[in-house]
Amino acid sequence: MLRFILRRLWDGGLTLAALVTLTFFVMRAAPGGPFSKTRKLSAEVLANIERSFHLDEPLWQQFARYVWGLLRFDLGPSMRFRDYSVTDILMSGLPYSLTIGFWAVAVAAVVGIALGVAGALRRNGWTDALAGTVGVAGIAVPIFVIGPLAQLVFALKLGWLPVGGWNDGWRSLVLPVLVLALPNIAYISRLTRSAMIETLRENYVRTARAKGIGARAVIWRHAMTGALLPVIAYLGPATAAIITGSILIETIFAVPGIGRHFVDAALARDYPLVMGVTITYGGFLIVFNILTDVLRGWLDPRLRNDR
Amino acid sequence: MTAEAATPHRSPLAQQMGRFRRNRLAMASVVVLVLIVLACFLGPMAFPFTGEDADFDYISAPIDFSSPHLFGTDDFGRDLLVRVLEGGQVSLTIGFVGALVAGVIGVIYGAVAGYVGGRIDGLMMRMVEVLYGFPYVFLVILLNILFGGGNFALFLAIIFTLWLTPAVIVRAQAQTLARREFVEAARAGGMTGTKIVVQHIVPNTASLVIVYGSLLVPEVILSESFLSFLGIGIKEPQASWGNLIQAGTAQLETDPRLLLLPGTLLAVVLFSLNFIADGLRDAFDPNER
Repeated sequence: MLRFILRRLWDGGLTLAALVTLTFFVMRAAPGGPFSKTRKLSAEVLANIERSFHLDEPLWQQFARYVWGLLRFDLGPSMRFRDYSVTDILMSGLPYSLTIGFWAVAVAAVVGIALGVAGALRRNGWTDALAGTVGVAGIAVPIFVIGPLAQLVFALKLGWLPVGGWNDGWRSLVLPVLVLALPNIAYISRLTRSAMIETLRENYVRTARAKGIGARAVIWRHAMTGALLPVIAYLGPATAAIITGSILIETIFAVPGIGRHFVDAALARDYPLVMGVTITYGGFLIVFNILTDVLRGWLDPRLRNDR
Repeated sequence: MTAEAATPHRSPLAQQMGRFRRNRLAMASVVVLVLIVLACFLGPMAFPFTGEDADFDYISAPIDFSSPHLFGTDDFGRDLLVRVLEGGQVSLTIGFVGALVAGVIGVIYGAVAGYVGGRIDGLMMRMVEVLYGFPYVFLVILLNILFGGGNFALFLAIIFTLWLTPAVIVRAQAQTLARREFVEAARAGGMTGTKIVVQHIVPNTASLVIVYGSLLVPEVILSESFLSFLGIGIKEPQASWGNLIQAGTAQLETDPRLLLLPGTLLAVVLFSLNFIADGLRDAFDPNER
């Protein structure tokens, strides 16, 4: 197990290194620079600013400087927000992104699994029909259509919840969390349903039943473990992606998280901030992938000796 | 099934298509999709103006079927219906062509990796794994900026990020195919590796590719409109569903029609594509559910 985790950590490190390298050079290769869109500066001033950010050095030297900084957990200064370091900006935005992401994952997992199990146990009943409808709608109607519609209905017409922002305590969380959770509820309920139907046909479930264990215990203790495996396999990368997906949510609901920073920073060529956000998300993705694999190995003995 | 078994000379593909044709939801989706495609590509010709022409007599006109602008105009006086249809041309073209190109790249890559096997396969799949580890949305945005923005850049960025899944799926299939007798026979008969991949491996992955390829189309359309919504993809004055929805969001309270028309059309297209993909999966999946 330990060897497996170490191997995955090594792979993750490689991916992260590739990500850092690619992002660095892609950003530098993209046309335009961080100061090409600001007020017209005299050549001298521009040269001074560029020197202060080491933009006058050869590219490989800048890269080496950046990597050296990374190794000391220094993400460098932001080029757009003067006097702020990238770490400051990330630290101020992350709590919002993580709060929304965490609740969205929690809601998606609970509701999705419940709908999926209900659908599998009473196939073609009304819960199944409901789950199916939610499933297709959640997958087919994009967040950026549902989000504004939810704002229109629940905030502007009914006035139950704020349109956006972060000033209303839990009430400002409701819409972003639900809208972000919806597509994932859809995927999870579909996955759970088909996995549950398949698991209920397995021999070990039949054996458990034959031993005289009650239907409820069979479902919760025996079938559930098997049915959850594909859900966990999905949830790992999805959890990371849900935080990533919140770029849209943060844009629609005006949440001051880090997702929107990424888009703005990429457009403004704020190199260090782009790198910082990418590394943060990439790190999340890798950590959650590893967690998923460990959890699956723990739940499913068949996967344990695989490598 | 029994009726099919009785008619002896039906190829598996014909049987599968027959099964698909009996799926009412999927067939209805095909009809709806074809109608929308026709409307998007032929519809704008029925109007004397284009989606970029401003009509100063009708600025922010509401829905009025007796006026020249059936669904009204936006705040520049541009006809909303024509803009939505023209936006559909862009979104649909990128969706289908993008899925096709991403699919072809993925199939070839996966077929080669799976057939060749060994070290090269390990290396090729390692690269896919590394790319999989990248946050998808970020990669699309970065690539789009690298290629200088604009429609073609958007197209390249989306393809670059979406060929991975078909590659993985086809590779698994190609791996088992490479060990089959008919491939061995082909090799013994002196066929070159390239020929075997093209003539034996790729055609035998067709049903898999059709099923997963059909899921790629809505994914590409979604990516395109997502980026255009964020203001990175297709830019004004050219219309796309993404930037029309974005523009509609800005005037949500005063005029929800600007959001609803493109939003509904996008949702209907995505619904249909998903139903079609489901129907194809049911028709092609040997262990039917």
